[in-house]
Amino acid sequence: MITLGNYLVVSGILFAIGFAGVMLRRNLIIILMSLELMLNAANLSLVAFSRFRVDSGGLPNYNAQVFVFFIITVAAAEVAVGLAIVVALYRTRQTTDVKNISTLKF
Amino acid sequence: MSPFLFWIFALLTLTFGAAVVINRNPVASALSLVVSFLGLAALFMSLNAYFIGIIQVLVYAGAVMVLFLFIVMLLDLRAEESRQINWLASAGGLAVALILLGQVFSVVSRFAIAHKPFPPLPRSTIDDVRSIGVALFGNYNLPFQIVGVLVLVATIGVVLLSKREPR
Repeated sequence: MITLGNYLVVSGILFAIGFAGVMLRRNLIIILMSLELMLNAANLSLVAFSRFRVDSGGLPNYNAQVFVFFIITVAAAEVAVGLAIVVALYRTRQTTDVKNISTLKF
Repeated sequence: MSPFLFWIFALLTLTFGAAVVINRNPVASALSLVVSFLGLAALFMSLNAYFIGIIQVLVYAGAVMVLFLFIVMLLDLRAEESRQINWLASAGGLAVALILLGQVFSVVSRFAIAHKPFPPLPRSTIDDVRSIGVALFGNYNLPFQIVGVLVLVATIGVVLLSKREPR
């Protein structure tokens, strides 16, 4: 029997994988991909909670799915701007390695 | 949804999610991300969220991944050469991720409703596109329009960022 906890654990593991990617990888593009994994982990738990809360009309709670829709939209805008910044950075510095981009580092 | 299918798709999502982080070649990472997103779309479908599942395939596995692959090939990134690894920083990052994972496990195991199965849906067909549309254009009309402005700002920002300055 699949419970709500199963989905939440899968979502948590996916978030941890994305988090480890952000912490461990040095390539900016891979860091952006890991950010996408973390956003999708949050989406999975939102949809699981949405399905869990069946209202009196016999339908899932759609507020959470509207929220997921907003997250997907914002994530798409974020990827577009992030990759444009990566391209602009590559044009001036010829690198996408975060170790070589430390001008703003304290 | 049978438990068998759930475990297959959960395993698919997590394995290829881990492959994104482990692969040294950015193209292999991007292609692993596609498979991970497809597994996630199947999990959304298993939760009766058909609209979100379709959007996941169209937006992520379609548009966002093409963008990633396009940029990787445009910049002509090769596989990272194995450089000196900073073991302290790597161990720290891994430790924080593992602590987070332990936290999630302990919270879920003590969370009473997490052990209940999903309540059955009384109807055989659900028109979730209509319900999401009603919620989006009714209750959430203002946030929806603000998101539209956000996408417009992102578009203008990308054009500005990728324009070359005249010398």
